Amino acid sequence: MIVTRDWLLTETPASRGQAAWGRRYRLWLQFRRNPLAMAGLIVALSLIVLSLLAPVLATHDPGVQELSNRLARPSVAHWFGTDELGRDVYSRLLYGGRITLGMVVAVVLLVAPLGLAVGCVAGYAGGIWDRLLMRVTDVFLAFPRLILALAFVAALRPGVTSAVAAIALTAWPPYARLARAETLSLRRTDFIAAVRLTGAGAGRIVLRHVAPLCLPSLIVRVTLDMSSIILTAAGLGFLGMGAQPPSPEWGAMIATARRFILEQWWVPTIPGLAIFIASLAFNLLGDGLRDVLDPKQDG
Amino acid sequence: MIAIDGLRVRFGPNEVVHGISLDVPRGSSFGLVGESGSGKSTILRAFSGLNPDWTGKMRLDNVPLDRKRDRAFFRRVQMVFQDPYGSLHPRQTVDRALSEPLIVHGLQDRDARIAQALSDVALPNSVRFRYPHQLSGGQRQRVAIARALMAEPNVLLLDEPTSALDVSVQAEVLNLLRDLQQRRGLTYLLVSHNLAVVAHLCPIIGVMQGGDLVETLSTDDLRAGRVHHSHTAQLRALTVELEDGGEAAARASA
Repeated sequence: MIVTRDWLLTETPASRGQAAWGRRYRLWLQFRRNPLAMAGLIVALSLIVLSLLAPVLATHDPGVQELSNRLARPSVAHWFGTDELGRDVYSRLLYGGRITLGMVVAVVLLVAPLGLAVGCVAGYAGGIWDRLLMRVTDVFLAFPRLILALAFVAALRPGVTSAVAAIALTAWPPYARLARAETLSLRRTDFIAAVRLTGAGAGRIVLRHVAPLCLPSLIVRVTLDMSSIILTAAGLGFLGMGAQPPSPEWGAMIATARRFILEQWWVPTIPGLAIFIASLAFNLLGDGLRDVLDPKQDG
Repeated sequence: MIAIDGLRVRFGPNEVVHGISLDVPRGSSFGLVGESGSGKSTILRAFSGLNPDWTGKMRLDNVPLDRKRDRAFFRRVQMVFQDPYGSLHPRQTVDRALSEPLIVHGLQDRDARIAQALSDVALPNSVRFRYPHQLSGGQRQRVAIARALMAEPNVLLLDEPTSALDVSVQAEVLNLLRDLQQRRGLTYLLVSHNLAVVAHLCPIIGVMQGGDLVETLSTDDLRAGRVHHSHTAQLRALTVELEDGGEAAARASA
């Protein structure tokens, strides 16, 4: 089958797949009209690709120290200079992207399904289940995010895994609330009543009919939250609770270089810029997705 | 086929249906009319199992109904909702909406059944993979009717099936419903605030006011003006006035 523009945009699709891809293509056309969102998407994707290709693109081993050449200015040999132990900042930035962005992806993969499940079940089941699940959510919401994450990491062993667990633990409640609110408004609609009248069980209704409608707003919220997850991950790294040396995590890179911020400003500034660009890109992407996916805006 | 005896329905502290009784023989249609808020849709939702907060007796084919309905019940009784814009899942194609009852009840030959269902409600096969927002109101209501008929029920509960549609489309959908009833021997329980719609489909009419069934009469009696309750007379007068007004307006513009 040749996939053409006409095939995607036809008003009379001939199969389930064609209808679904046609809908996705229309959303993409709408998304493409927003230049800022496209910029966000391109930057976010290139950051991920650069991190994945780190072994190919790095000019130096990120762990090799060269003490005779510490705190060097950016040059042809070291594009972004070297840090306090003479390690190449450019190579460390690439490998650090793997850790920082990897943490973000891990948190999102943990948090989004959990929040969606808790919210949909609470919203659809109602009654005692709703009260129970939402009070648990409230308890987690009551803590400031970074403080709870810090306490959690301190109680465990500082490191990437516990940082991911800690951020995930503090990040899911807003998604549960969001999914619950959507589910509450959906369960009263006629089309869900019609599904109930087919005799479908509650599990099938939630999974196949309610959850897919909660998903778009959840995706938007997650994308917008990615920047704050990056900042939390970097913050934990900065405080020494995230990735441990000699791992080149962006936050940890700033932390170890902060003593040189006045004399050798490029050493802490470059990972800071990386964090800034990544956060901004995800924010722009999230804004663009909201314009496209917000269920209130399409008929 | 449908027997309701002393049905009371409450929403929280308010009782909205105060013990109504009605019978619908197999293959026949019963029309409930009344103003909005008179409790007529509530009766349908209670009978369909969507509203479990009721007391009294309801029977389907002489079998008493429980609060909780089993899957077999939903194969025999289906409902068409008032608003075709709200009763179809916005992210599901027509195909998916029609497959759903087949999957739930484990019926085979899905492709053939869906094609047949579309032709039964006079929809072209080209709408099969469209989303609801790509269809007109009348087409959507036809999809909703096709969906209700997928599992081959004997009873169709119709909740103001035409009130959200254009006048020209209303007649089409009403005629479709009448054809389907004759072909399949369906039993209808129809709710409407429009006496003309009810009289078009149903030989027996129940008039509701404030949660009570104040009068049950035949359509012939209604047409001839043999009514006993003042509310029935009121509704009838209003309808006649509207129709005469409409005809007068049509004559004037012709």
